[in-house]
Amino acid sequence: MTHPIETGTQKLSHLRMLEAESIHIIREVAAEFARPVLLYSIGKDSQVLVHLARKAFHPAPLPFPLLHVDTTWKFRDMYAFRDRYVAEHGLRLIVHRNQRALDDGINPFDHTSQKYTFALKTQALLQALEQGGFDAAFGGARRDEEKSRAKERVFSFRDRSGQWNPRNQRPELWNLYNGRIDKGESIRVFPLSNWNELDVWQYVQLERIPVVPLYFAADRPVVERDGNLIVVDDHRYRLRPGEVPKPRRVRFRTLGCYPLSGAIESDAVTVRDLLAEMLRSRHSERQGRVIDHDEEGSMETKKREGYF
Amino acid sequence: MAVAAHEIEEQLLIRAGKELVRLVIIGSVDDGKSTLIGRLLYETGALYEDQIAHVRRATKNGDPIDFSLFTDGLKAEREQGITIDVAYRYFETGRRKFILADTPGHAQYTRNMATGASTADAAIVLIDARLGVLPQTRRHAAIAALLGIRRLAVAVNKMDLVGFDERVFRRLARDLEQFAAPLGFAQLSFIPVSARLGDNVAKPSARTPWHQGGTVLGFLESVEASRDDPQAPFRFPVQGVIRPHLDYRGLAGQIASGTVSVGDEVVVLPSATRTAIRAIESFDGPLSQAFAPMSVVLRLAHEVDASRGDLIAHVGAAPAPRSRLDATVVWLSERPLDPRRAYLLKHTTRTVPVQSLAVTSRVDPETLAEHPAESLALNEIGHVSIRCGRPIIPDPYARSRATGAFILIDALTNETAAAGTVGEPADATDDAQPGGRKIIVIEASDVLGAHEVEGFLSENGAIVAVVHTLTAAKACAAAGIVAVLLGRPDDDALPGDAIAIDPRIVGWREAVRALFFSRTDSPPPGSKCSV
Repeated sequence: MTHPIETGTQKLSHLRMLEAESIHIIREVAAEFARPVLLYSIGKDSQVLVHLARKAFHPAPLPFPLLHVDTTWKFRDMYAFRDRYVAEHGLRLIVHRNQRALDDGINPFDHTSQKYTFALKTQALLQALEQGGFDAAFGGARRDEEKSRAKERVFSFRDRSGQWNPRNQRPELWNLYNGRIDKGESIRVFPLSNWNELDVWQYVQLERIPVVPLYFAADRPVVERDGNLIVVDDHRYRLRPGEVPKPRRVRFRTLGCYPLSGAIESDAVTVRDLLAEMLRSRHSERQGRVIDHDEEGSMETKKREGYF
Repeated sequence: MAVAAHEIEEQLLIRAGKELVRLVIIGSVDDGKSTLIGRLLYETGALYEDQIAHVRRATKNGDPIDFSLFTDGLKAEREQGITIDVAYRYFETGRRKFILADTPGHAQYTRNMATGASTADAAIVLIDARLGVLPQTRRHAAIAALLGIRRLAVAVNKMDLVGFDERVFRRLARDLEQFAAPLGFAQLSFIPVSARLGDNVAKPSARTPWHQGGTVLGFLESVEASRDDPQAPFRFPVQGVIRPHLDYRGLAGQIASGTVSVGDEVVVLPSATRTAIRAIESFDGPLSQAFAPMSVVLRLAHEVDASRGDLIAHVGAAPAPRSRLDATVVWLSERPLDPRRAYLLKHTTRTVPVQSLAVTSRVDPETLAEHPAESLALNEIGHVSIRCGRPIIPDPYARSRATGAFILIDALTNETAAAGTVGEPADATDDAQPGGRKIIVIEASDVLGAHEVEGFLSENGAIVAVVHTLTAAKACAAAGIVAVLLGRPDDDALPGDAIAIDPRIVGWREAVRALFFSRTDSPPPGSKCSV
C-alpha cells in the first residue's frame, strides 16, 4: 500500500478524501471542456493543484497548459522556482502580461491596489483567457480563505465578459457538475474548494510537494510600512525617506506581488515547523494580503470584475 | 501560548487520520442559524484573532459579540439581512473535520436546502423555541429525509427567551417526532439551545438540568457518518480514458461504491462486455485493491470498448441499464417543468437526452401528501416518470447515493433545472416469477434481428416467442415465455422489466447474457432498460 496511515482500515483519512474529490473534479473538467487551462500563481495552492492534476492523468501528461498571469512584480524566487518546476516536470507554461498597462506605467507604488490589481491581474487574466480561447480555468482558491468565497461554487460560471454574477450561479448537488456552456462563456473551477490552509500544508508535507522557499523563514531585507513587513526584493522598491531595509527573520503565508505582500516574523524553516507554527497561530492567512484590506467586501467586488 | 513540541506532533498525527464528516444546517430566517454557526466556529477554534477583532468592531457598541457576523458573506445579503445561498463552513474537533453546508430555510429556498443536503451525512435543523414546530420545520425534515439523510439533530434555539422551560421543549419534541415517524430517520436527537448565550452548543448548560441528551457539538462528534461501506456493490463510473501511448489504456474514475481488487471479474455497462481487472493504478504506484471514494485508474484484461459514461461493476452484481425511470425531483429552475422542453439527464459521468418527462404527482413537503400535478415550479418536489434517449445505469437512491442521483439540465439555457433521486423499480415484484425465470419483453427493430435475438435466447435455454403486439407480449410474459416484441410500442404501456435490444449494435449478446443468464439464481430487482 502506498498510504501507510490507512493500511487495512478501508477508510480514507480526510486528506485522502479531499484528494480523491479534487481529482474527480479535475477529470470532469478535462472530459467536459474543450480547452481548459490551469491558472498557476506559483503559490502553495497552485503547487497542490498541479500535483493533483498530475495525479489525475498519470501516467499521461497534463492534458492542459498552465497559465501564469505575470504582473512582473513577483518575487525573484518565484520566477526561478516556476521555471525550474515546469522544466523538471515537462509542463506546458503560458506566461501572460498586460503589456499595455505595463507600458502605461501602472505599478504598485503610484496606483491604488484596486487599480493595479484590475489592470495587471484581472484584465491580464481576461486577455489571456480570450487569447487562448480557454473555456475552463482551474484556480487554487479555497472557500475558507475569505467570507465572500464561502458560497463560491466548484464550477463558477462566468458570462461572455468573464464576469461573475452571484445570482447566476448553478446549484451543485452531489458530485454532479453541470459543465454546459454556450460559446464565449466559461467557467472557473476550484478543485480545492473544501481544503483549508492546514490541509494544504499537511498535504505538501505528506506528498513532499516542492514550494517556493519564501514560505520558510530566512533573514531578508525588510522595511516596515503601514504595519506590514515588506521584503525589498529588488532595486525597484521605492523607499520613503528614512526607510532602510534591515535584515529580519521572516517568511510569507501567502505570496503575491512583493510590494503588496506582508511577511510575518518566524523561525519556521521546514514544513513541519510551519505546521507547528500554524497550530499555535491565531491569525488568518489573508492578514498579510495588503489588497484585501482596502474596503469591506473588497474580494467580492474584485470577483464580480473577473478576478479570482 | 506555549505548546510543547510533542503535543504539536501528536496533534498533527491525529489530524492526518481525521474523519471527514459533511453536515447541513437548516433553519428559517430569525431562527438564529448564523448565530449558532458562528458560535460553533468560535468554540472549536476555527476563527482567527483578526476575524474576531473584525466582528467585535462591527458589533454594535455595548452588545455582546454578534456571532452571526462571522458567517454573513456577500454584500447583498448583509444589506438584506438574510442568507440567500448555500455557504460552506469548515471546522474541526479532536477527531473529525466538518464541512458544514449552511442553507437558508424559507419556503422559496428549498433548492438551497436540497443542495446542502445532497452531500450531507447528518443534518441540524433549527427551531425557534417560542414558535414551535412550524410548517417549514416539517418541510426541512422531509427534504432532509428525501435526500437520504438518516440522522438529524433538532436544535431548539432561543431557550433563553422561554426561560429554559422543559415543558416547551418536550411539547415541541413530541410534535416533531410524530411528524417525522414515517420519514424513517435512524436518529432524531433534540437539544435545547441558546446559540446567543452558548447553552448546550459546546458545553452542557447548567440551566437545563432536565436535559441529558448532550450538546450540538457532542452530536456532531458522535453521529455515525454515512461511511462508505466496503461491502456495498462495486460501482465505477468511467470519467475518461488515459492513453499516454498505444500500449497503455486506463480508465480514470472515482469509485462510487464498494471495493475492487485485481483479478476481479467485471462487466462494462451498458455494453455488458465481460472482462477482468488487470491492474489498479495510481500516481503512487499500483494497488492490489481500491475502495470508495478513491480516484484511481483501472486497466482491463481485454481490449474492450469502454469510455466516459460507462459503468464498471462486478459480474453477478451489476445494475441493469434502464431508460425508463421513476424518480423524485426537486425543481431548481425559475422556469417550471415543461414536458415539451428539451432536457438532458446527467447521471454519474453519463449525460443522456430525456425523451419524455411526465409528472406523476406533486408532494406537499409539509404534509407529505401527494397531489395530482402536470408541472413543477421552482422549489416544488414531485414524482416523475422519465424516459431517456439512451439508458443510464442507476441504483435506487435509497441504496446508493452516488449512483442513484441525477440532475436535469435545460438543453437550451444550460441551467440545472432539477435534482433527482432514482426510485426503486416500480414493479420489482414482477421478477419473482415461479421457477426464478426472468420474464422479459424485447423490442427489436427488424424481423431478422428479432429472430437473431430469439435464436440466441433459445440456445441459452430460454423459451421464446416472437410477437407483434404488446398484448401478446404480456400474455407470453405472464406465461413465463420470453417475448421478442417487434417494433416500439408506447413505452408507458410496457411492463417495468421490459428491456430494449438493438441487434444491430455489436455486443447485444453480451448484454443479454449478462442481464439474464449470468445470475439466474437471483435476478436483480427490476431491469427496465434498453441496450
